[in-house]
Parts: sequence; C-alpha cells; structure tokens
Amino acid sequence: MPTVNVDKADLFELLGREYTTEEFDELCFDFGIELDEDTSLDPVIVNGVPERPLLKIDIPANRYDLLCIEGIATSLNVFRGKQEPPNFRLVEAKEPITLTVKPETEQIRPYVAVAVLRGVKFNPRRYSSFIALQDKLHNNLCRNRSLVAIGTHDLDTVKGPFTYEALKPEEIKFVPLSQTKEWNAKDLMEHYEQEKSHLGRYVPIIKDSPVYPVIYDAERRVCSLPPIINSEHSKISLDTTNVLIECTATDKTKLEVVINTMVAMFSVYCAEPFTIEPVNIVSEHNGCTRQSPNVTPRKTTAEASYINSVCGLKLSNEEICTLLKRMSLAATPSSQNDILDVSIPITRADILHQCDIMEDAAIAYGYNNLPHTFPANSATVGQPFPINKLSDIIRREAAQAGWTEVMPLILCSHDENFSWLNRKDDGTQAVKLANPKTAEYQVVRTSLLPGVLKTVRENRKEALPIKVFEASDVVFKDEREERRARNERRFCAVWASKTAGFEVVHGLLDRIMRMLSVNPTDKSSKQTGYWIEETDDGTFFPGRAANVWYLGEEMEEAVVVGVFGVLHPEVLEKFEIPFACSGLELNLEVFL
Amino acid sequence: MAPSTESLQSLILTTLDTDSSIPDTLSLTSPDGTTLEQLQIQGALNSLAAREMLTYKNITRDTWVLTPEAEGLLAEGSYEARVFEVVRAALEGLTIQDLQAKVGKEVAGLGQKAAFRNKWIKQDNGKLVKCVDEVEDVTQAQLKEVKETGNLKNAKVLADLKKRKLVALQKSLSFSVEKGPKFSTTIQKLETDLTAEMIASGSWRKTEFKKYNFNAQGVPPAGGALHPLMKVREEFRNIFFEMGFQEMPTNKFVESSFWNFDALFVPQQHPARDMQDTFFIKDPQGAGLPDDKEYVQRVADVHEKGGFGSIGYRYPYKEEETEKLVLRTHTTSISTNILYKLANAPGGFKPAKYFSIDRVFRNESVDATHLAEFHQVEGVIADYNLTLGDLIGFMETFFAKMGVTNLRFKAAYNPYTEPSMEIFSYHSGLKRWVEIGNSGLFRPEMLEPMGLPKGVRVIGWGLSLERPTMIKYGVDNIRELLGHKVSLGFIGSNPAVRLDKKMGREAVKEGAAAE
Repeated sequence: MPTVNVDKADLFELLGREYTTEEFDELCFDFGIELDEDTSLDPVIVNGVPERPLLKIDIPANRYDLLCIEGIATSLNVFRGKQEPPNFRLVEAKEPITLTVKPETEQIRPYVAVAVLRGVKFNPRRYSSFIALQDKLHNNLCRNRSLVAIGTHDLDTVKGPFTYEALKPEEIKFVPLSQTKEWNAKDLMEHYEQEKSHLGRYVPIIKDSPVYPVIYDAERRVCSLPPIINSEHSKISLDTTNVLIECTATDKTKLEVVINTMVAMFSVYCAEPFTIEPVNIVSEHNGCTRQSPNVTPRKTTAEASYINSVCGLKLSNEEICTLLKRMSLAATPSSQNDILDVSIPITRADILHQCDIMEDAAIAYGYNNLPHTFPANSATVGQPFPINKLSDIIRREAAQAGWTEVMPLILCSHDENFSWLNRKDDGTQAVKLANPKTAEYQVVRTSLLPGVLKTVRENRKEALPIKVFEASDVVFKDEREERRARNERRFCAVWASKTAGFEVVHGLLDRIMRMLSVNPTDKSSKQTGYWIEETDDGTFFPGRAANVWYLGEEMEEAVVVGVFGVLHPEVLEKFEIPFACSGLELNLEVFL
Repeated sequence: MAPSTESLQSLILTTLDTDSSIPDTLSLTSPDGTTLEQLQIQGALNSLAAREMLTYKNITRDTWVLTPEAEGLLAEGSYEARVFEVVRAALEGLTIQDLQAKVGKEVAGLGQKAAFRNKWIKQDNGKLVKCVDEVEDVTQAQLKEVKETGNLKNAKVLADLKKRKLVALQKSLSFSVEKGPKFSTTIQKLETDLTAEMIASGSWRKTEFKKYNFNAQGVPPAGGALHPLMKVREEFRNIFFEMGFQEMPTNKFVESSFWNFDALFVPQQHPARDMQDTFFIKDPQGAGLPDDKEYVQRVADVHEKGGFGSIGYRYPYKEEETEKLVLRTHTTSISTNILYKLANAPGGFKPAKYFSIDRVFRNESVDATHLAEFHQVEGVIADYNLTLGDLIGFMETFFAKMGVTNLRFKAAYNPYTEPSMEIFSYHSGLKRWVEIGNSGLFRPEMLEPMGLPKGVRVIGWGLSLERPTMIKYGVDNIRELLGHKVSLGFIGSNPAVRLDKKMGREAVKEGAAAE
C-alpha cells in the first residue's frame, strides 16, 4: 500500500478547515484511506528548525488519483460535498502540436502519449509534489518504469513537431539532465551502471536492445531517452509555465492511466484550471494515430437493484446517484427502470465492473451504517479435513504421553535437509526455491527431522531429557500432480538426553500404534499390523536403526511407513546437539 | 572449610543461650575463627525459625567496596603518584616515550594528566621534570579509608570515586536474632511428611512435623504439552465447526501462479507477484493447468479483454506467468480451487461454508513481526444474494465467539475482493482501534469464469493465527512463537486457550502496577 506524505497545513487549507489528528483519522477511515502518522505529534528538527508537519497517508494500491495532495484534497472535498468533481476538458491550440511515431519503436517501447499544460503556476511545494507524483507512479503502476515512463519538459525550450524514434545507441547524443557534457546513449548506459547511479536499475529495461527509444523536437534536440533520463536542455523548473508531458510505454492501458493521472492532478494549476492542451499523435503503423490525451469520462451502467441487493438497502435510484457523486462518479437514472448511467472520470481507472460502483455507493453510505444481518439460508454441515483430524488425534496422544509439541519452519537449508542428515540429494525429491533471501530458506523440507533437531539445539539449556514432537507436512516433487509436488503428513519425535533412549522412542511408536488400533505383528504372519526390522540408514547409528513396516486391511503388500533409531553422532555434531538422541519419523497418510 | 549446618545451628543456639540475643550476626565467628557467610547463617536461621526456636530480623546496610582497579591503586599507588615517582627518580627528567616504557601506556596517559593538573610535574625542553619534591597520594589514602570503613567521610569525593568506577555500592545483609517460643539448645528431629508407615503404626500421634512452607511452589507435574499456536488453532477450528464450516484440503504448499494469482483476478504485473514478495520455485518447473481448458481461457480473457460485465485489466496475459510455480502466498489459492469445484459439482452449485488454517509463505525480510512463514485463518461463505450486512453480521458473531465485540469496518483494496473491508476492533488495553482481519466479497471476475451462477456471492475473510496468539499470550516477537527458536519452557507453561476470557496482557487488572 503506497504511503503519500502531504503537507498538513496545505491540505487543511485546501479542505477549508482544521482537523485534530483524531478527526482527520476518522475522515480517512470513512473514506477508505488510512492516516499512518501525523509528524506534528513528533516534529522533525532540521538545523534547529522544525520541518513543516506532514500527514503520512496510506492509500489503496489501485487509487492512482490519491498519490498526491492535489488528488487527496479534491477527492475528500467531493466526498464531503464541498466541491463539485472537476470537469476535465481539452482546449485545442490554434496550431496543434504533433508527435510522429516511427515504426522502429515497435522493437523496444511501442506506445507514447503526450499532453500539454498551459500557464501552470508552480511554487516550491507544488513543484515537489509534481516530481513526487511521477516517482510514485513510476514505483507503483509503472513497475519501475518498465511498463510506463514519464518525462516532463519546459515546452518553451523546445519546438514541435516532435518525433518518437528508436535509434542505435551510438547515434543518440545529448546532454542528459544534471550533466554538463554530451554523451552518446551507449556510453551513458554504462556510466549509469558503473556509477551506481539511482538510474542504474532502469538501464536493463533497454540496455540490450539494438535500438533505444528517443524523443526529438523539430530541431533534432533530444527531449528524453525513455525510460532512463530527460535532457538537460528541456528540463522544467519552478519558473516553467508551459509543461510538456510525454509518457512512453509497453502497456497501452497503463499508458492512458498514467498520462490521465498526470494531467488530472496538475491541470488544477493551469491558467484555466482543469484544461489540457491535446497533442496530435501520428502513429499509422500500429493504428495509434489519435489526439492525446483522451479525457472523456467512460460511460457505463450499473443496476440499482444489484447495488441495493449487495448493500442490503432499498435506496431509490436518485439516492444512489447522490451517493455516487460523493465518490466523484457522475450518475443519472436512465430511461430504463433499474439502470443507472454512470460516467467514470479519468481519475477512476480502478473501476472495472459494476461491483466497483457498488463499493463506492457503500462507502458513501458508510460501511458502519449498513444494516447488520446474518446469512440466513446457508445451513451447512461442519466437517474436518480427514488428515488434520488424524494428525490431531496423534498430536494429543503424544502430548498425553509426555512429549512436547514444537513448530519449526517448513523451509530449511539444503544442508540441513540432506548432508547434515547424512543424506544425498538425488534431485528427485526436494522442491527448491528460486529466490530465497537467505540460505535458511533453500528447500522445502522432505523430512521433519531437521526442524525438530534445530529446536532441540536451541533448547540445549532445558532440563534433560528433552522429548519433542511435530506432526506436519513435508513436500515431495511429483510430476503426476498439477502442481508438480505433493504434501505428505508426517509425525516426528526426538528424545535427547545423556543416553540415547532407543527404547523410549520405540515405546512412543508402540503407543501411537496402539492408539490407532494397529497391532504389533510379525513379518511372517501376514496379519495386519506393524513390525520393525533393523535397517541401515546414514542418519542413524549403525546397528541402532529400524524401519517401521505396516500391513493394512486393504493392502496387498506391507510398506515401510517410517524409520527410527539412535541418531548418528555426525548428525548430532552438525546440528550442534551435545546429547545422545533417538528420533522417529512416520508417514501418517497410510493410517487415514 | 565452611561449618556444617548442624554446627552452625548449634553455634547460634548456644550463643543465644548465653547472650539471650544476637544483635547482629556479623559479630558471630566460628570457634576456629573463620568468617561466616551470612547466606549460610540465613539458611540455619530459617530452619530454626521454622521450628519456632528463634525469630530473626534482617539488617541491611550499604557498604562501599573497591573495584578491582581500585584494589590495584591501593596496592601500587595512584597513577599520578606512580608517574611522579618515575619522573622524580629520573634526575634529568624523561621523555613521554620513556615514561610509557616504564609504567605502561595507560598508566602514563592517565597519571600524566592528573600529575600536570596537580602541578607535580611540568614539561621542560620536551622532557617531563618534577615541580615539587614530595607529594601526598590522596587517592590512595581515600581508597584506604573506603576499604577499612566501607565508607568515605567526604561525600563529594566518594561520588567522584564512584564516577571513576573505583568504588561500588554493595548491599550487605545480616540478622538480629531473638529466642523463639520453642527455644532450646537441642534440636528435635522433625518429620517432613506423613507416611503410610506412620499411619499403620500410629506413630504420627507422637511425631512432631516440620512446619510446611505454604509459600513454596508445588512440584510441576511431568507431562507433555501442545504448542500454543496449535491450541489457538484448535479454538478457531471449534468456532468454525460450531458454525457449520467444512475444512478445506490445504495440504498443498506448492501452488501454480494460476491458482495463487490468475484465477483470483490478480493481474500479472501486480506487485505481490514480484520476486521480493513471493517465493518462486526453481525445481520442479512449470505447473500443469486445470484440465478444464475453457475455464483457463475464460480466466485469461477476463484479465486481457474483460467479460462478465467487467472491462478487465486490458494487458497482454502471458501463459508462462500462469505456469510459474510458487509457494502459496495465501490459502485463498485453495479456497479458489474449492470454489471452482463447488461451481462444477455434480448436481450444480449448493450453498457452502469452508474454512482453513494453514501455513503460507512470503519472501519477506525477517523481523519481530514478520517471518517467511505464518498461518492464515480463512473462512468462505458461498450462497445466493449474500449482502454486505450478512458479512458484517457474520463477522460480529464469529468474533464475538472470541470475545471480540466492538467491530468497525474500513474500506480497503484487495485485487480479488470488492468491496474489501478491513475489520477493526477497539482494544481496551492499547486504547485504540486495531486491525484484526480482512474481509470482502470475491469479485465477479473471479467467480463467474468458474461457472458460479450470477446471483451467487461469496464472502471471504482472513486473519493470521499468530497475531491473536501473540496478543493472547503477550508475545512481542513472532520468532518466540513460531520456528525452532521457541523455548520449550514457554510451550510447556502456557495456559490453555480460552478465547472468550482475557489472557496474557489483556488480563492485567486495571490500576494494577505495570511490570
């Protein structure tokens, strides 16, 4: 969820009143944003001067129109009924500016949108808000400029018509923003990469492309090298009054959202507020020739009966329209009984379906004013998931038998899962992670032992004996499954003390089997039940390990369902356990 | 060698017998002249007091003692005195390097400074030479006084010594002793416990029993324990069962991006699908997709082109994204799969209520409130014409079963629910509204491609299992609750979970002294 820092005094001036922190918090709560912090409660002092108090506001991730103070103030004022929703409109210039798109751009960054704001009055805080909005959009919707990149220019320093081209990096030469000498684009990319510049992270978006996108003015002056940097020549400043905004993109939908958000938020400072001068884009090769931007509200409809039904209300069409207006949606009852005609302004790209319109009606009504009911018809029967029920039975028995339940993590290191247990990774079993942040999380465990042993290690100071268990899932690769892996429910217990305690763990196994009504039997009898048989397993001390065999009622052949024994001293050394230990691990799935 | 308890007890009793009281046990000395430890005396007094043979009172006093550094100064002289001695001994004076060589760098540094300040030495031609013939080592004298009397008359100097970490305050304890009602110089042997033998022989009638210490703790019973998180899980399960919920098969940690994201209408460029938020799987690679290819296509279409009344996200939907395997980031992947099965069940859709409580995975940096793994509690209700009022009313009933009654709902954003409502409850301890869960109605773009009838609405809500458990048990660090670092003592000593009762931090009585 993005957090937007707004100047407290400026916002309250725009809202036309002062709020206490609690009052403003309430307003945010009702509107669906969240006051994260009011810095005036704990002012930051810089060089002995307190900084201007900020309100840090968390906004929903799909509300790009709330990413700056201008948008927040407008939306809250409309919500409070203090202001009409802005009516954005295009005012064409006598000689419209054009931008021609060259087909080569298809290879790297095919889409572009441009708009002009005339007679803008910046001041230092408006200017920094203008810059901050671009940063917020770049970081969120634009996915770090990979999908869309914004460039803003002082229109009076350049001259149309403009072209959007894609050229070999060596052919693009200009003085980039904040530099004094001319660079070619190839060297510039290397420079940004090597200098650990904050721009370095955008370089991979175009670096390996044979051609780089570039915008030129009529006199072949570079305006920008998207998505990396603008030119020094066309840079905007506090004194800029005519602002050229260009956006380039690989995603057409997000391109429109970004340019619309930029003009919607900052056209308020134009000589004539909320007017935008369009630019003619010529892009014949991909059918994108058009006037940009398109600020016409999107016409859609919503069913009043649907809104009423979901909200549990019986509002008239007019009442719903009044509610929607407070959320900046212009709605009117249509000629058809149940249908509302709704205009979605360019600021509300989050509205995809009538359910989004319904949500706005509910917010305006107030979630906490909605009638409280209870789902009346859903008579259903409760039921546990069988494997959970089984493992809960065994967990309780183990605890009643004097063992303590532990809950280690499911992810572990490759070593813990394999080499520390004297086990080899043949590549067929463990699910491995592609992007763990630490070596602690390399594989999904295929055994409960590592986690339980780590828990013993961390509890070395406890009184002996330590008797711990876990009943939980391990995961195995399985090509037959849709998800290429399957969980298996296991039970694991470890005894740690001065003596190895093989017979103690054996006793726990016997107890669990008895509780599951599985009888001891022997291999030759062919009777259902379980028996143990000495085995050779690197995890365990030679001559002190046994497989647990089980023959169930509906089974043709007995299967190994577990293993237990005295843990090998090398294993204990790896896990840094200074005691003798015995461990048991049992597959529970067969007892379902 | 320390005297035995018996000899100590008899020393105390005979002293009391002759002197009738002991004003201060500091004056007690053992017959062989060794000093007695007051702690040992306390042990002897306790056991005699339990027999009512004597009574005693504590005498506490503060004594100043020398730190090891000060002991050194007392033995060898203060740094400045040592420096002065060396300077005086060198008739021609000496360089700072010579001084360091003789007394060590540290002593030279500290001592020089003080010696200059006291005007004992001066610098002449790059050499240190004496200014006076004799000096009095005041510091040493002061330390001597502290050592001998346990105090210093000049309080200002004492404070200064304390600041220089040369002296420290030590509490010492001794006792004043009086005869008790059952005073005697001989100790009668007392029985500690009534035995079956005494009952059989009747000897209990004549036996004197030791006074029971009712302030002592009982013997902890031996036994196992269930993990606190699992105990809270069980309470939640019970609430769900009471309300008619069926548990979902969440035993699938590895999930396809299709079920974890795409089927939920989470767009493919959503930040949650970034490498820094989600664990992707390196091996195996490439999930299979559901056999119902038409459903898979409907999901792709609703993202790319819209449909079911939605304009969709309108971006190029990529099959390679949907096939990426991940560790599930939420159990909603399973809920989605179950809702799809519900939509396509033989005989058609029937109203249903589902829940799950299981592990989810996030590629987060670990801190006091975040782990790469935690448990999600999730509930789903699917029925015709459910309303937001139903959602709110149901949440009130559900949370009331946990003793949480004062609820408030805030609009929020979640890509697969509309509306999304964060659930807040007023925490009387913290005196503020705290978020306790998330809820919402699943979006039509998620439900309708599954084939659920248009009038069917689905309420979903979720919360973490760890957060209420941390509040209930007063745990501040999630690593003390989940994972291998959890203390077995903590697991063993945790109270049973009664969600409707105040526990842990909540149970602190109003007005009671804070810890």
